Amino acid sequence: MHRRDFIKLAGLGGVVFASGLGVKVLGAGGPSDGRTSPDEFYFVQLSDTHWGFDGPSINPDSQGTLKKAVAAVNTLDEQPDFVVFTGDLTHITEDRQARRDRMAQFHDIAGALKAKTVRFMAGEHDASLDRGEAYQEFFGELNYTFDHKGVHFVVIDNVSDPSALVGEAQLKWLQSDLGRLKKDAPIVVLTHRPLFDLYPQWDWTTRDGTAVINALMPYKNVTVFYGHIHQEHHFMTGHIAHHAAKSLMFPLPAPGSTPKRAPLPWDASAPYKGLGFRDVEADVRKARFEIAELAVSKT
Amino acid sequence: MNSFLRIALVAFLTAGLAVSTAGIGSGAPKEKVIKLTAKKFEYSPAEITVKKGEPVVIEVSSEDVKHGFTLPDFGIRTDIKPGSVNRISFTPDKAGRFAFACDVFCGAGHEEMSGTLIVTE
Repeated sequence: MHRRDFIKLAGLGGVVFASGLGVKVLGAGGPSDGRTSPDEFYFVQLSDTHWGFDGPSINPDSQGTLKKAVAAVNTLDEQPDFVVFTGDLTHITEDRQARRDRMAQFHDIAGALKAKTVRFMAGEHDASLDRGEAYQEFFGELNYTFDHKGVHFVVIDNVSDPSALVGEAQLKWLQSDLGRLKKDAPIVVLTHRPLFDLYPQWDWTTRDGTAVINALMPYKNVTVFYGHIHQEHHFMTGHIAHHAAKSLMFPLPAPGSTPKRAPLPWDASAPYKGLGFRDVEADVRKARFEIAELAVSKT
Repeated sequence: MNSFLRIALVAFLTAGLAVSTAGIGSGAPKEKVIKLTAKKFEYSPAEITVKKGEPVVIEVSSEDVKHGFTLPDFGIRTDIKPGSVNRISFTPDKAGRFAFACDVFCGAGHEEMSGTLIVTE
């Protein structure tokens, strides 16, 4: 099956076109069809898989949802250049050994991805109780950069400090990294929590996220992909676009829409509703990204 | 921070020494003092009711590990460390129900650790 055909069959809500200039929703199968330029590539973002979560009324297929998503990515005949998991790979446990067991199991499941490159990031469920000790044993550094076909990717850790701080040391590291880039360089930031105050009443923020955004602001082409809030969400801070991804375990309510940020219950009439992952098409020359939200299949 | 907010004092005192002295001999309205205890994974009391325009001191303490207290609608947050009492003084300038929550990741039930400040007219 061709990837675009897959996207259409998946019954997606549409393709979000994102750039430093704004966000608008286009029809599925839109401008990304026919990508042929070497300046174009795509990656897949999966997020908030919460491996180890157990709550039959929330997700009766907690053992199968991630595996289904992995299988769905593998069905794409054109594999992504890489897959990235944007945090909360595992569900929190205060048992040190159980935490490691969950990470080992998650690592094995993610290992079934056909994509040649899989990148990981921590969420607070993975890293906040031990400042990322177990996470680093399995997945490596908490913050790092990489370059891919002209795009500079920066992975920012805003979870291993339990106070949701990026911290002075990492801020200096970020400023040093950005300092060697041209102001019009395409930059993608991957992080777990929102860098802006999305809804601090539910801890949907990064306490010193404004300092990160201020460091990024001089750069013309910056896009942020993150997780944490278990739903699709798009927001602009100035010219910087922020895109939150869905979870692969349970959806959460819209910010402030309910008294508590409790997981939304499973809808038997619409299994996997609110869950999913995304395909991100990069047009490097134009420094823009198209996002296609993909559903989790029943099979 | 909310520009209308008057945060008079956020001070660390040793446990057992938290005494409200504001207003004594000053002619200012006496503060309402509310003790708030944090422990995994709840606040006690989980609901606090105060009156709009009435000065309030919330004395927060932890019974176990480090927690946080954030009340974003009034621009208030502080860490809560075991063995100390934090005094948060402010005068609510708007009525309604406002969520407060722990913003220091404290364990498996962290995300349920929240409460409500009710400000009446």
